[in-house]
Amino acid sequence: MTIDWNAFTPWSALGGGVLIGLAAAVFLLVNGRIAGISGVLGGLLQPRSGDIGWRLAFLIGLLVTPLLFMLVGQPQTVPIASGYGALILAGLLVGLGTRLGSGCTSGHGVCGISRLSPRSLVATALFMLAGFATTLVVRHLLGM
Amino acid sequence: MSLFTALLAGVIFGIGLVISGMIFPAKVLGFLDLAGRWDPSLGLVMVGAIAAGSVAFAIARKRPRSALGFEIKLPANRQIDRRLIAGSLLFGVGWGIAGLCPGPALVDLGTGQFKPVVFFVALLLGMGLFEWLNRRWGG
Repeated sequence: MTIDWNAFTPWSALGGGVLIGLAAAVFLLVNGRIAGISGVLGGLLQPRSGDIGWRLAFLIGLLVTPLLFMLVGQPQTVPIASGYGALILAGLLVGLGTRLGSGCTSGHGVCGISRLSPRSLVATALFMLAGFATTLVVRHLLGM
Repeated sequence: MSLFTALLAGVIFGIGLVISGMIFPAKVLGFLDLAGRWDPSLGLVMVGAIAAGSVAFAIARKRPRSALGFEIKLPANRQIDRRLIAGSLLFGVGWGIAGLCPGPALVDLGTGQFKPVVFFVALLLGMGLFEWLNRRWGG
């Protein structure tokens, strides 16, 4: 392993991370909810009355973020190298996996570890390991 | 009011994802690629988020109600079961293929580009597949 010092952005990573934790704190202490994005989104697929508005509001907040950056003169463009086949396969796996495993990077990785949930510690270790292994196979064995 | 604070939480979350660079699949994959040139940034994003989140959850443990008077809902399930394990592994494989997880996928969708739409529709189909399986399994 060699560290890519040119790509490494420690301060913006830490600062952005604190904002993510702050958002989870606001959602928890003001709305009483866990900021787990797959859970918030997944709950809309089986909508129950009185349980829709807060989910939509939170997700819309994420969705309009690039618009806000554009308004302050910092439009965001995201280069995505994956082809359509890879994006469809990845999307299906992420959708199925996060619902089956009850959480993703935010719900298990940030909120779950913050409250020292054993389930979330196991989930985070497993999706990280699977992510490391998959990247190894895709990049270095398949050479994609 | 609660809708506004939910929106605000979403926006702060989104700004954190943009500033940390986590909306960029290349940056996420740079972290997951241990065998290549490794970018540790995602690890520090987790450190920052968990540091701030830990304070919030420590406060939440002492109070049953939120600032707006809602019940603070913490997950009650303690079981490390096959669903948790299989689901997390499947998610990790998908994450490793494209470098996208649900939060960044939503922010990327908001840029108006086409590829995030493809990923997001597939993600919703994957979630729909879970709902279908879940009904078949009677849970």
